[in-house]
Amino acid sequence: MTFRPEHELHARRKGRNIGVGLMLGAFVVLVLALTFTKVTSGDFELPKAEEIAN
Amino acid sequence: MADASYTTPAGEYDTQLGDYFALLKPRVMSLVVFTALVGLLAAPVTVHPVIAFSSILFVAIGAGASGALNMWWDADIDAVMQRTAKRPIPSGRVPAGEALSLGLALSGMAVMMLGLSANLLAAGLLAFTIFFYAVVYSMWLKRSTPQNIVIGGAAGAFPPVIGWVIATGSFSIEAWLMFALIFMWTPPHFWALALFMKSDYNDADVPMLTVTHGRRATRVHIVVYTILLALLAVGTGFTAIGGPLYLAMAVVLNALFLKGAVDIWRRDETQAEADSYKIEKKFFRLSLWYLFAHFGVILIEAMLRPFGMGGW
Repeated sequence: MTFRPEHELHARRKGRNIGVGLMLGAFVVLVLALTFTKVTSGDFELPKAEEIAN
Repeated sequence: MADASYTTPAGEYDTQLGDYFALLKPRVMSLVVFTALVGLLAAPVTVHPVIAFSSILFVAIGAGASGALNMWWDADIDAVMQRTAKRPIPSGRVPAGEALSLGLALSGMAVMMLGLSANLLAAGLLAFTIFFYAVVYSMWLKRSTPQNIVIGGAAGAFPPVIGWVIATGSFSIEAWLMFALIFMWTPPHFWALALFMKSDYNDADVPMLTVTHGRRATRVHIVVYTILLALLAVGTGFTAIGGPLYLAMAVVLNALFLKGAVDIWRRDETQAEADSYKIEKKFFRLSLWYLFAHFGVILIEAMLRPFGMGGW
């Protein structure tokens, strides 16, 4: 079995793709940190059981 | 699989990440970040650092998105103006359609995320600011009235108000004072630029004051707006966001700024051309420091307050 050679496009756009990947990764980390901050803050309340049922 | 549809023919330019970043007007974005941060920190409410960081980041992304929309719409006039001809779209580095897509996508993302990280009022204000800059200023005012820079200046003045609203969830007089500072500063700043970027606005057929009312009228407008700005800036020193340090800085800097405006007003075109617009360029450079210093000292006053210093 042979692998297809990598298209030159991937090599040419490597920097751009790595950059986009890093930004998306940073965004995920930021949303995670934001969520953690919100749910651990004093004024956060879980919805009550009857509200969930409705 | 045929991959011709997504490849760039050999020899053609491949858009780089930096080109997309340039679409977001990084220098304008840095001013937005700074003034929004001052608005946030000057507010009498403490914000969790993670919420503060993410909210300011989303304001910056929203500002960048409106910059991309502005570049998409203004690509035709950017191409004929010396100052803007090297921007990503007129120079052919980014296709116009991609700038539009990036601007719209980032606008939606920034507004939605600001609503989640801060509050809906801040998100609504960011959405309005993007709309104001992209539609009211870029699409309407810029090409239709010499008051473009006066009314359009509001778009650049909103960030400290957004910062304040992120912290407090409501408006207040202090936030609007910071708005007024940028709003009144914008016209003399851009008119000085229009005076020494002599043919740019003429070439692009943009109805700047220099084009519609002449250069003499522009010089008069600069001095009138600078007097009003100085009154406002010094007066702000006596409010809750001011203090002795701010007042001292404002008196000195506004005296220098007024002197610069009067010097511009007293000159005519022959004198200006003789020294390559030296006074106008000096006034423009000072205007950058002017805004930075005013907001910087508002920030210092706010930082000193917990230690019993700063403010009145």
